[in-house]
Amino acid sequence: MYRVPMVASIMFMCAFLIVGNAQGSELDRFIGLKGTIDIAGGTAHIPVMNDAAKNIMKFNPDIRITVAGGGSGVGVQKVGEGLVNIGNTGRALSDAEKNKYGLVSFPFAVDGVAVAVNPKNSVSELSSQQIKKIFSGEIVNWKDVGGADAAIHAFGRDEASGTREVFWEKLLGKGDVAQSINIVSSNGSMKVAIAQDSQAIGYLGIGHISDNIKAVVVDNMVPTQENAKSGDYKVVRNLYMNTRGQPSALEQAFIDYILGPDGAEIIEKSGYIPLSR
Amino acid sequence: MIEKWIERALFSSALLCSLCVTAVFGFLLYFSWPLFLDARGLANVFSWVWKPFAGQFGILPMMAGTFSLALLALGIAYPLAIGIASFTHGLAPARITKTVLGLVYFMTSIPTVIYGFVSVFILVPLFRDYFDRGTGFCLMVSAITLAILIVPTIMIALKTEMNQRSEEVCMGARSLGLTPAQELLWVLLPCSGRGLVIAAILGFGRAVGDTLVALMVAGNAPVIPHSLLDPIRTLTSHIALVVATDSQDQAYYSIFAAGLMLFLIMAGLTMVIRNLGNRFGQGKKRHDIPS
Repeated sequence: MYRVPMVASIMFMCAFLIVGNAQGSELDRFIGLKGTIDIAGGTAHIPVMNDAAKNIMKFNPDIRITVAGGGSGVGVQKVGEGLVNIGNTGRALSDAEKNKYGLVSFPFAVDGVAVAVNPKNSVSELSSQQIKKIFSGEIVNWKDVGGADAAIHAFGRDEASGTREVFWEKLLGKGDVAQSINIVSSNGSMKVAIAQDSQAIGYLGIGHISDNIKAVVVDNMVPTQENAKSGDYKVVRNLYMNTRGQPSALEQAFIDYILGPDGAEIIEKSGYIPLSR
Repeated sequence: MIEKWIERALFSSALLCSLCVTAVFGFLLYFSWPLFLDARGLANVFSWVWKPFAGQFGILPMMAGTFSLALLALGIAYPLAIGIASFTHGLAPARITKTVLGLVYFMTSIPTVIYGFVSVFILVPLFRDYFDRGTGFCLMVSAITLAILIVPTIMIALKTEMNQRSEEVCMGARSLGLTPAQELLWVLLPCSGRGLVIAAILGFGRAVGDTLVALMVAGNAPVIPHSLLDPIRTLTSHIALVVATDSQDQAYYSIFAAGLMLFLIMAGLTMVIRNLGNRFGQGKKRHDIPS
């Protein structure tokens, strides 16, 4: 007698579940898609690409995504020659590159770099000229930049770091960097080094700034996520994905995913500022 | 029939192992080959200045860093290890011996990253505040950390040798009326020459090969240290720091050269150990025949 209503209610529940799922997930754009996306290029992009790839491949095993590094130059070369589907760059493409290969760029995040000191340090403002002199070893005492009489402990990043590249190009103007400064290998260890040492100065991604270190105002620019996004803070670069010609359906789905809310969450988790549509 | 198959299985695994090692060496040589063909490039890599963005790719400061760190760590760890091995060899009460040995064996199972981590939060600030020179990330701190890491390696190698020798000589020593301390100092340690050398080389090899301690606490500045409080960069941490760069870059080739150097150092050490083992081994046989 009541078998019919029960079946109906189960069917109703199933339908509800499916619909509910479909509305909730950003990943649904990958339903029914199939194929491979090969990604190469900028190393700063790798954590974002990896997390997105993991989510997508778990959701739809028919899609395979490989992520490789190589640097921005390699990214352009590989996508241009058709060796990969998406080539990542940490800089805008030059006109020559665009014309030669017919590349299309998709900026998706801002990578801002802040200069930071220990919260105990009384210095909270520096000019880019002073920072240049500190990192070249010309200024070695905090009293020369308005602080206490104590030696400056400068920390830098490794050769492969995109953060170092932005800092070196945009703030030091590719100037000389002293050989003897300590090198740390990640944003995390930079934070630990600065938080522990009251005489330290270093630089790290704006997304990594927290209470135990103090971001310095540079040339009257306040390093915050908002200012980096609006362009008021200048020590930034955009991170781009590039495709050769217009993206295929699968590539487009991937790019849309990165630019969507899930992508924004991943981008923030990796320490960058999302450029949502 | 079964024996034959076991023999074959063992032979093929041995063959596979040696093939792997040869392949690693081959690949290292293959990848760093472009460097050897270009005399200017070679001179560039074996120079004293590492400024990759100015086209200077010298890895000699890293060689200096590796050797000064490994030697210093060995200098700290070796006496400690000999002390522990001797102390636990009949000098200490049984219960203390057991505790100390248990502790040393336990130390071998602590991951390297823990040592590095503890060092960053305890030794580095201590050195920075006490000496007021530099950041505290320096040669001395990494040598101390590394020494703690290699003490068990050295001690266990030495202890194994001492246990073997002890069986041979303890009866004679006791019957001469030697106290345990006298036996250790005048009989056992001089008899364990091979063990003393092998333990030192093993410890040195471990110190040269370790990456994480140096990467975390040595400061990584590619300069030649002039003081114990100067930062250094080792070959291993150099590879770890540079491996993520653009693979088209010449900086990338320099890490193959660094890898090749490490491989050659380790191979040289292994050869010394084998050579010593054979020599002492023969000596022992000759000694054994009359008895």
